Amino acid sequence: MILKINNVTKNFGGVSAIKETSFSVAPKEIFGLIGPNGAGKTTMFNIITGNYEPSSGEVVFRNETLNGLKPHRIVRKGIARTFQNIRLFSSMSVLDNVLIGFDFQARYGFMESILRFPRFIGEEKRIKARSMEILDYFGMSAYAHDKAVDLSYGQQRKVEIARALATNPELLLLDEPAAGMNPSETEELGELIKKARVDFDLTVLLIEHDMKFVNQLCDKVLVLDYGKTIFEGKPADAICDPEVIAAYLGDFHND
Amino acid sequence: MILKRVGFKMQAMKHKDFIIKLSMILGTVWFIWFANGHFDEYTVRILNNIAIFVILAVSYNLINGVTGQFSLEPNGFVAIGAYVTALLLISPDAKSYQYAIADPYPFVMTLQSNFVVALLLSGFLAALLALVLSFPVFRVRGDYLAIVTLGFGFIIKILAINHPEVTNGSLGLNDIPEFSNLYWTGGLAIVAVVVVLNIVNSKFGRAMKAVRDDEDAAIAMGVNTFKAKTLAFCTSAFFEGLGGGLLAALLTSISPDLFDFFFTFQLLIIIVLGGLGSTTGAIIGTVLVMGGSEWMRFLDEPMNLFGYETTAMPGMRMVVFSLVLIFIMLFAREGVMGKRELTDLFKSRKKGGK
Repeated sequence: MILKINNVTKNFGGVSAIKETSFSVAPKEIFGLIGPNGAGKTTMFNIITGNYEPSSGEVVFRNETLNGLKPHRIVRKGIARTFQNIRLFSSMSVLDNVLIGFDFQARYGFMESILRFPRFIGEEKRIKARSMEILDYFGMSAYAHDKAVDLSYGQQRKVEIARALATNPELLLLDEPAAGMNPSETEELGELIKKARVDFDLTVLLIEHDMKFVNQLCDKVLVLDYGKTIFEGKPADAICDPEVIAAYLGDFHND
Repeated sequence: MILKRVGFKMQAMKHKDFIIKLSMILGTVWFIWFANGHFDEYTVRILNNIAIFVILAVSYNLINGVTGQFSLEPNGFVAIGAYVTALLLISPDAKSYQYAIADPYPFVMTLQSNFVVALLLSGFLAALLALVLSFPVFRVRGDYLAIVTLGFGFIIKILAINHPEVTNGSLGLNDIPEFSNLYWTGGLAIVAVVVVLNIVNSKFGRAMKAVRDDEDAAIAMGVNTFKAKTLAFCTSAFFEGLGGGLLAALLTSISPDLFDFFFTFQLLIIIVLGGLGSTTGAIIGTVLVMGGSEWMRFLDEPMNLFGYETTAMPGMRMVVFSLVLIFIMLFAREGVMGKRELTDLFKSRKKGGK
């Protein structure tokens, strides 16, 4: 198991956003985290990425606990993420956006960059070439020198995923990747994620509301409701599960 | 295919950038040499001022514009640089008679060094203080950061007033040897601009810009944002200290009043006018503000306007100057340059499509 969530609870004041949730993600799996609004999905993401410290419980990544690590350290361990509302660096070019992912992988020091040492020039060349390769993979290399914010929504989403892949992750967290996309764009994105999983050796953990997308893509899903796990298993079975239906549509039996 | 084409394009762009930068540097060097020989003393003095403010503005822009950390402390670092340089340059003889408020500490009398060491020490001390400050300062973001750094600027000024044993209090230090000339100020301005540009065009500069655009997204990309901010802050403090030293050796006398909030305010006007985040903008802003306010001096004097004689109106130039500022900001919201650099202006505006 590449990622293990052990009994994680997160309280905000008196509200428990997540209650004693446990699950594990196998290597190379596409794992879906679904549930109605306010179920605690994004909170779970923020706990994995280290933005929130869990109130209790533990996050284990490749047999190593992530508790107490700073968010940027966790990224360097191999967990990258995208955001629910696309958050590209607005003043920077597409290429520079992707280059940020190589920030901690470029091996040159502050003085070397001021004095333009050969190592600086070599490393910059290397990470630029790698960035262009990643952009090319997503069919975005022609836009490398355009401003990221000038692109269409679907293209921005691709750049955001490309940027996350630049950090060379083993686990990729996608927060509602298909949000705001039309059906054909959604389908294209699904294929792209499937392909990238193989080509970049990825494990993917994603939050999504589009059940068709989840069905098409995920090997396994976990359904959260009010911070509690109500279902874990194959996506096709989740849609038929009475508890899941009750969580989304309301419980008819208790009326 | 595409990859190769873009690769060539990048190569060609780099070449062009390099030529533009080199010709700018050579042009500036020639101008310094020419100005030194041909311009009168008054003009050279203004050019000295402009060169020093280029150093200050470009480095202040690194933390305020490029990294987007709205800080208001440069007067503090400039003061430190100026006092360190002054104490190291004033001869023991001159020191012995100018401490009127309190007797100086013995170590003050023995401090002595040459100009280069004094300038470097000014820079490094300011940078060291910035490093210490960055721990409390970068715990807060946005407006709070402005308040914390503003407080620091005040503290330095008050310390200078209340420690007459070192700084001679509000009387200030006089008889600083006039080491600064156009070669020093202009030369170091070129160095500062090159260093800042090299930082901006490296992974450190990219990290700084990422912090400005979206700090949380930068963290999610594995950027150590505290390190990026601290590097920007320390570099900026280094050049502010250095600029302070040059200023002290240009003015030959300094006092705490020189380094009040108005000093920072002036720098802020310069970088906002030029375009926050643009080094080219910071330079243009300096020339506009420093040069412009000197050039407009004729407005204070009696004039003959369409046959109508006006009397001398001291302060008229500041009224006009403020109006000009308002108009520039109205019509160029992001300053003269926005976030663009000189080299961006030479790039083709063509959109990359397939």
